[in-house]
This record gives sequence, C-alpha cells and structure tokens, in this order.
Amino acid sequence: MLKVKLAKRRDGFALDAQFNAPTPGVVALFGRSGCGKTTAINIISGLLDADSAYVELDGDVLTDTSERISIPPEQRRIGYVFQDGRLFPHMSVLRNLQYGLKRTRASGVAITLDQIVALLGLDHLLQRKPYQLSGGERQRTALGRALLSQPALLLLDEPLAALDVARREEVLPYLERLRDNLSIPMVYVSHQFDEVLQLATHVVLMDAGQVVAQGPLSEVSLVPQLRAIVGPDSVGAVVDGVVTSVDASCGMAAVRVGSGSLNVNVTAVSTGDRVRVQLLARDIILAVEEPRGLSVRNQLRGTVTTIVDDEHDARLITVDVGGATVLSRITRGAVEALGLRNGSAVWVLVKAVSTRGHVFRVGAPRLSRGASSGS
Amino acid sequence: MHLTPAELDALRLSLSVAARSVLFSLPFAVLIGWLLTRGRFAGRWLLDAIVHLPLVLPPVAVGYVLLLLFGNNGPIGGWLRNHLGIQLAFSTAGAALATAVMAFPLMVRSIRLALENVDPGLEAAARTLGARPIDRFLTITLPLMWPGIIAGAVTAFAAGLGEFGAVITFASNIPGITRTIPLALYTAIQSPGGDDQALRLAVMSFVLGLLGLLLAEVLARRARHLVGR
Repeated sequence: MLKVKLAKRRDGFALDAQFNAPTPGVVALFGRSGCGKTTAINIISGLLDADSAYVELDGDVLTDTSERISIPPEQRRIGYVFQDGRLFPHMSVLRNLQYGLKRTRASGVAITLDQIVALLGLDHLLQRKPYQLSGGERQRTALGRALLSQPALLLLDEPLAALDVARREEVLPYLERLRDNLSIPMVYVSHQFDEVLQLATHVVLMDAGQVVAQGPLSEVSLVPQLRAIVGPDSVGAVVDGVVTSVDASCGMAAVRVGSGSLNVNVTAVSTGDRVRVQLLARDIILAVEEPRGLSVRNQLRGTVTTIVDDEHDARLITVDVGGATVLSRITRGAVEALGLRNGSAVWVLVKAVSTRGHVFRVGAPRLSRGASSGS
Repeated sequence: MHLTPAELDALRLSLSVAARSVLFSLPFAVLIGWLLTRGRFAGRWLLDAIVHLPLVLPPVAVGYVLLLLFGNNGPIGGWLRNHLGIQLAFSTAGAALATAVMAFPLMVRSIRLALENVDPGLEAAARTLGARPIDRFLTITLPLMWPGIIAGAVTAFAAGLGEFGAVITFASNIPGITRTIPLALYTAIQSPGGDDQALRLAVMSFVLGLLGLLLAEVLARRARHLVGR
C-alpha cells in the first residue's frame, strides 16, 4: 500500500492531497496541467520539500514532517521517469542504464540488464549517445534506467507528453508490458485520459491541488467532476470484464461484465484476457421496452439509479445493469417522453462499433500463471 | 630562427610558470566557481568581489599585496619559510603564484559559466538513481563542466604566459629564475643594442599565443563531443 498525504503552499497555489493506492499496481494521478500532479510526485520522490507530508510505502515511512523524518531521495529506492527523459548526455545508453544498477540499494538484483534490454527493445541502441536517439528511444532508455535501479516504486511524470502521436503509440505498449511483467508499483502522472484508460489500475483524480476522487477506474469514471477535465464528449462509464469468446473473422469479442455480456468490436485480445471497456455516455441508448429488429448488438437490462442535469438541457442517467454501472446522456425531452425516474426499468443499448478503440487489455488471464505452474 | 640560451630560458620559464599557475589554481577555481554558483551563504558578494579584484587592480598593486603577504617577512610568507622551508618571493614558484592570482578571475568566470549550463535536473535524476553528493559531482556535474574547465584553463595558461606587472613586482626579474618572456622582452628593450632580441621574443610571444588559441579550440571541440553535443 502506498499512503500519501501532502500539503504545500506557494504563491497562489495550494496543494492539499491525500490518497492511498494498492501495491503493486499502476496509480494514475490524473488532472489538468498545473493541478499539482508533478508537485505531488516530486514530494513523494523526496526531491521537493512540502509544508507537511506523510509518505509511506509498504509499511516504510519515507517522509513524515511531524516526526521530522525525511529520507534523502538517493536512499528511497524510488525510480523517477521524467517528462524530458533526463538521460546523461555524456554517457552511452548502456552507461545510462548501468548508472542506477551500480548504485542500487536493493538487497538483490531482481531486474537484470538483459531483461530490460529485451523488454524495452534497446538492443541496437546500447552504444549510442542520447543525442543520437529519437524521442521514443530516449524515453524507453529513461524507463530502463529507472527500473534497473531496482526501485520499490516507480514514478512517471507524463513520460509520453513530449512525444508526437506516433512515438506515443510506440512507447505505450512497452509501458503495458512493464505493468504486466514486473510487479513494481507505479505512480503515473498524466493529463491524457486515454493513457489512464490503457495503463491505470487505480485512479486519483486531481483538480486545483485537491483530490476530487480516487478508486478503481470503473468508480472514478462515474464521478461528475471528471466531465470538466476530460470534456463532455469523453464522459463514459468504464466497465471491467473478462473476454469469454473471440470471433476473429468479424473482429468481435464477447466480454462478461457483471452478470451480463457485452459484444465489443476489438482485435488483439484472447479468451480469458481481462479488459476494460469505456462506454461513452453519448453513445448509449435507453429504451423502456424490449426493442426488436434493431442492428444494435447489445441489449442489457438495467435500473435507473440517478438522473442529473448535464449541460445544454441534457441529462446524465446512471443505470445499474447488474454488477456494473453505465452512464447515458440523453436530452431532457427524451427523459420526459420515456417518463424516466429513479428505479425505472430500462434496456441499455450499446452499438458494438461504438466500442471500437475503447476496449483496453489490462492484463493476461488471471489463471494462466497458476495453471502453467500447476501442470 | 636561432634562439640564444637566455631566450630559451625565458621560453622555458614562461611555459613552466604558466603551467604551474594553472595546475595550482584549477582546483581552487572549481571550488570557488561552485560556491559562487550554487552556494547559499552570507558573504557571497564579498567573495565574488575579491575573486574579481585582479581584473580591475593595477597588476603592480597585486604584486605589491602579494609581497606584503607572501614576502619573507609577510605573515604567510614568513610562516611558510620558517615551517616548511618554502620561499615564494623572488622564486619561480612565486612567479607562478603571481600569475595564478592574476589569471584566477578568468578561470573562475569560465567555470561558473560551465556550471550554470549544467541542468540541475540531471543531478536530480542521478539522485533518484542512488548517487550521493560527491558521487553526483564526480560522475555528472564535473564531466558536464569539462568544456568550460578546459576553456578556462587554456585561457588562464595563455594569459599566464604574458603576465608582467605582478610577476616583476613580487618575483623580480632574475635571469633563469623569474625572467619569463615578457620580462626578457622588457629587459631587451631597455638595453642598448637589444633590438634583435626584442624582436625575436615578440615573435615568440605571437607564436605561443596563436598556438594557445588553436589548442583551446581543439580541446573545446573534443570536450563538447565528450558531453554529447
């Protein structure tokens, strides 16, 4: 468990944040630029002093201003991947990678140079100097360098923000691999919601120096404050599920969500994969009786739990579909015409094609490891 | 060009004095440069001013102050002579000291500039990778300052070859001991019939100066490559 409580004031800005996150796992610190995310991880790393702070990682107190405890950054075993990489310009990629490895304070080396070189595809880059690398290669090297110091926690400060779209797509899969292959807790700072959807297991939503919500993404995705940050068109419930069958010929997969099943349009998943699906509120249709003769591939039975005002005379409807919750944005007129109120029974309609690009693999099948070791 | 033994002596002395002055002052220049850039202490402006004084004082005045402090009867010079048996005034080492003091601001300036160009973010990165302060300085800060240190050293060396006022005041003009090229040149101009010798010494100064500038350029290029730019 990572326990964090921070307060810092400086001219016109106040950070006052508290969050806990399970370890291992990827905690996303998500919020707009300037909301205090980077300040927060700088305090966690020990590079920045806070007015008051408490940082505890798996039972070890790293900072406790009330007890005057502050372990220097070089003794914290906290790896840090900076937005701008910060590779040492006078050293080759290999020497950059070895820098932390040689100075590790861990009792043993769990992550080896060979492992990192293979995981991050750094083979052909080892003898190069940082100025000879592309932006994506630089960030991969920075990631490897931080991991080789055998950190107990890895902090990532918008590691993809300085990259163009193509480079981002190049580095993201590596981050997923790290999450799935190494059990190092990570705190991932981002203001890009798609990165959070793809990587995070736990989300801390920040706004103006405050934590406004925290928890699993499926819960945080329902929080009203999210709309102001991601924009109304990106509001949507995120549901977790397991792939139960794949029809590769037409790019479809069935995902068990709660007590129901969802047909989604996705490639590159296999049966048993754990996935998360973002169902954008504006794409969700509600019906009060069972519809027939529609092209829509998903009809889930549910119950309306809340109806709140959304902008432009729209309403945001929360529907419980049996073990999962979805959001639907419909007009005020539609709410009145259907006579929707709390407790109404509805059919939730989800077009399979609307899920395309909104299905994210969050891990290999849970059973695979146990199954293979047991055989 | 045929050089007389006296001229060769002057050349040898100039090179030796300049080299010794640089070697002796370099560690101090790095330390002072670091203090002036990164240090947070009360008397910083005063240290800054003292370091830069030789730039604005008449060299003869600097030589005179050195004579007062490091002369055989001065507080520091007397102690050195009684306890360590070292005599600075009127010796080659004294000429090197006077040269070092005069060239010190040039060296500190260059080192400060170099240090200001080192991204503190890189040192922070080294910190998160487990490097302690001295380790960080030796593996990150110092190598990245290298181009500036080399530039400062070469400039100080080249300037040291020509130092006149402070040397002649503190170390006097003793053939074979403190008569460097500029002092020999001055002596030749003052002596009747010394025109040929003066010309040869002047040409020597030119050639040395050019070689020094060339060397500075080559070294700076190498050092920049070393730090990956």
